[in-house]
Amino acid sequence: MNRLGIIVVGAAVIFAIVVPFFLKPFGIYLISMWAVLTIAAMGLNLTLGYAGQISLAQGAFVGIGAYTTALLIQAGWPYPIVFISAGLLCFAIGWGLGYPALRVQHHYLAFVTLAFTTLVFLVLRNEEWLTRGIYGISGIARPTLLGWSTANARDFYFFCLGALTVIAAATWWMLRSPWGRAFIALRENPIRALSLGLDTRRYTLMAFAIGSGLAGLSGALYAPLVQFIEPNSFALGLSFNLLLMVIVGGGGCFFGPFVGALVAVLLPEWMRITQSYYLMVYAAIVMLLLAFCPSGLLGLIERVIKATRGRRGPDGIAPNAERANP
Amino acid sequence: MYRPGLIVSVVVASLGLLSSAYAQSTVYMPAVLELSGSGAVSGTNFRDGMILAVEEINAKGGILGKKIEMPLLDTQSEAGIARAQVQKVLDNNPYVVLGPVFSGSVLTAMLLTQQAGVPQLVGGEAAAITQKNNPYVFRTSFGQQFSMPKIANYVRDGVKAKTVAVLWVNNDFGKGGRDSFIKEMASRDIKVVADVSTEAGQADFSADVVKMKAANADAIFVYLNEEESARFLKEAKKQGIKSPLIGETTLLGQKVIDLAGDAANGVRGHVGLTVDAPIPAVKEFAERFKKRFNYVCDHNGIKGYTGIYFIKYVTEKMGKFDSKLFAHTAHGIAVTPKEEPGILMEATWDQNGDVDRESFLGEVVDGKQKIVQILPKLGK
Amino acid sequence: MASFIQLLVSGLATGAIYALIAVGFTLLWQTSQTINFAQGEFVMLPAFFILSAMNWGAPFWLAALIGIALSVAILGLLFKIIIVDPMLRHGVLPLVISTIALSLFLKESVKDFYSSQAQPFPALVPSTDIHIFDAVISTQSLAVLAVAIVTVVALQVLLNKTRVGRCMQATAQNPTLARILGIPTRRMVLYTFLINGVLVAVASILVSPIYLAKFTNGETLGMAAFVAAIIGGYNQVRGAILGGVILGILDNLSAAYVSSQYRGAFPLLVLIAVILLRPQGLFGRIEERTV
Repeated sequence: MNRLGIIVVGAAVIFAIVVPFFLKPFGIYLISMWAVLTIAAMGLNLTLGYAGQISLAQGAFVGIGAYTTALLIQAGWPYPIVFISAGLLCFAIGWGLGYPALRVQHHYLAFVTLAFTTLVFLVLRNEEWLTRGIYGISGIARPTLLGWSTANARDFYFFCLGALTVIAAATWWMLRSPWGRAFIALRENPIRALSLGLDTRRYTLMAFAIGSGLAGLSGALYAPLVQFIEPNSFALGLSFNLLLMVIVGGGGCFFGPFVGALVAVLLPEWMRITQSYYLMVYAAIVMLLLAFCPSGLLGLIERVIKATRGRRGPDGIAPNAERANP
Repeated sequence: MYRPGLIVSVVVASLGLLSSAYAQSTVYMPAVLELSGSGAVSGTNFRDGMILAVEEINAKGGILGKKIEMPLLDTQSEAGIARAQVQKVLDNNPYVVLGPVFSGSVLTAMLLTQQAGVPQLVGGEAAAITQKNNPYVFRTSFGQQFSMPKIANYVRDGVKAKTVAVLWVNNDFGKGGRDSFIKEMASRDIKVVADVSTEAGQADFSADVVKMKAANADAIFVYLNEEESARFLKEAKKQGIKSPLIGETTLLGQKVIDLAGDAANGVRGHVGLTVDAPIPAVKEFAERFKKRFNYVCDHNGIKGYTGIYFIKYVTEKMGKFDSKLFAHTAHGIAVTPKEEPGILMEATWDQNGDVDRESFLGEVVDGKQKIVQILPKLGK
Repeated sequence: MASFIQLLVSGLATGAIYALIAVGFTLLWQTSQTINFAQGEFVMLPAFFILSAMNWGAPFWLAALIGIALSVAILGLLFKIIIVDPMLRHGVLPLVISTIALSLFLKESVKDFYSSQAQPFPALVPSTDIHIFDAVISTQSLAVLAVAIVTVVALQVLLNKTRVGRCMQATAQNPTLARILGIPTRRMVLYTFLINGVLVAVASILVSPIYLAKFTNGETLGMAAFVAAIIGGYNQVRGAILGGVILGILDNLSAAYVSSQYRGAFPLLVLIAVILLRPQGLFGRIEERTV
């Protein structure tokens, strides 16, 4: 990242810390939701943007994380352990699901994960003895960490923001590592990577499992944020929404999920002025966005920068041919 | 990476999130409803009933001289969004919050309105809603804990059934009804010989009808949403089910009758609110509704309409707009159509916010719902 | 035993509906790599074109023709030109997302501009019940079955016996080579979209009397189409119809004999099994991978 990038990110961080003091509880709720969903979108970005696998199960993993968290909190477990357990559980399930499922290619995985999401929904709904079934779990308490209670909206937002920062940093570090470079190689050309000696299946599996683990962590924050969870919230709708976030923000760009989640959370709010037509307008905007900048908003900005700068460079390569490097 | 767009978006967003002031000559009563998604039909009916009431009241000068301002917010039939929307309206200090209709959304929103001390007029029928010790929640329709005993009594005394089969839709509406019903059956020593769940939006009921036939019960209790009820009735007629089909308001609704055709004939059940009630005030309301909105309203429309008039009555009784006093005043209140014509039928509210009023036993005869019996209030 | 036959017969009827929708889905995938997540909504929409035409006074047969024409124009031609062509350049994924957004758009449009309530829809054939071997099937279901079979047979004839059909197949298998051989590939792909437009309109006319025209119809029908297409074999048109029938019967049998709460799970488990063990579907051909 160059100097301009650091300044931009720094300014954004300062903005994120300062803005809740100017917002009413609803606004704070929205940005907390943004932070929580960004974590899940980051996970999906690993799976989709970097490792190139289409997963429609991200919403289900958020659900598994949320339910685990809700049940364990109500059983009295301390929150830090619950948080980590949710992540680990989803990592493990992701590994278990991915092991056979990743033997098949691209569009097939979409359908396997589609089926998985629906199956998870059915289990969450039908197994009342475990999940309270269709009625959901309500009254989920917000955690108290080292004496600091997050019950207040603003306090909880800072907690989410903190979690997001830590997780983002960890993900950034992971992507810079040799491992991360292997992920990128996988997306570009799996067969060539294989010929170079990379065990593609293992790396793809790790990407999928880590992505699922991140979704679990996101769920662990979602449950105390909304304080009520039910099976319907984690069905296909959420998976589609997360997919939208990654694509609109820019798949394969590190900050793509941040932008995508912001659009997904804020756009319906702006559109509410159009009353009941807003969902229609939302869908239309997404389609237009994809038509004109299918590499996402960040991809578009990148292309513009390259176009103004690239003429001097030796690479006269067309903007679409190369994908983003973080 | 470069993110100028990000900063601009967040700034504009925050500006959009800051509050706006509402005019002082109006009373702010926002409605948070299912206007899209699986609950759209219930939500839009409830909304239109309320809009009719609000228009009538505002035309006469409003409540205590202030016109009602009722902005509409869509929960998309999801509890998480419902919660968010309720949070949003609470930021603007409403007098009363209206809706949602879905029980799951109601339960989650209730936590917020209770904390804020704002009364909430809901459309959900789940028993749990009035069992949470929340003094601020009110409804204008029977909770399942009131309607199910009436049906159960009918099954035991009217149909004289010793065994019953239950068919229900697997969402919070259907499951709640099924759970209440089974409990009532148990306490009346009637055996449940089949307990079959169906999916919302299901079109093929042959497997369910096969199971119902095999169970051979004295009566079949059907608790589905409208379209599914119609499809089930058609399949039941096709395969020649002999046992009587008993249901609640939905099953005997005009919509189901229209869609099922003559397969609906012979269906019987308990009806809480219906535009076909043999009460002139209700019939006139139905006419006005049809003229205004061009369709026949279901029980959710009546819930919404009477809800607004309920709020008007309580407010006028208090003489001022006081959210916390509202809760106090409304508990135990009785409203008659003479005092407030908009209430349509005499009703009393108990300490939990539940309503008690007359209801009806109906039967579908020749493609129309006929009220066979009027059941009195459970209370005085 | 009687109930088993009833379940089989009803399952066949439902399965025929799924099959019809799966065929169009398969065709698009086969010839242009388009995974159309909006296929369910494509089947939901023509019914509303027809209802609108009837509201303006057209008799049913005319409205049906108008519906089919609009479907071909909008869901076939416009869909291809406005959405598929621009997206496909950037890969399959943006197109998939676009079709997801499109399905949401169509659903909400119908709900906002027409009605959120289910609408009765006139039937092609009057509904009477026929008794076969202790089981009851309605004439409507038989009509659906008949039309589905005729459609598939016609498609197979088109694809295998006519020149145009063979050109379409060539385009599907190897577009570059087909272009070199002088086949107007873009026109071939266009034809598939137009055919899908007809198929979804026909499916809509058959399905709506039973399902009732409602904006949420697309969700269940679409999912059923994907599952049917994959189980049957997404790169063989006849695989789609067999997949649809298997799905319909499986759904009924599992609901009746195993668990009604998990009735949605069994088709999905079969789907997962098929993808893992035989990805080309029960009747599909194995695809070669391009390097």
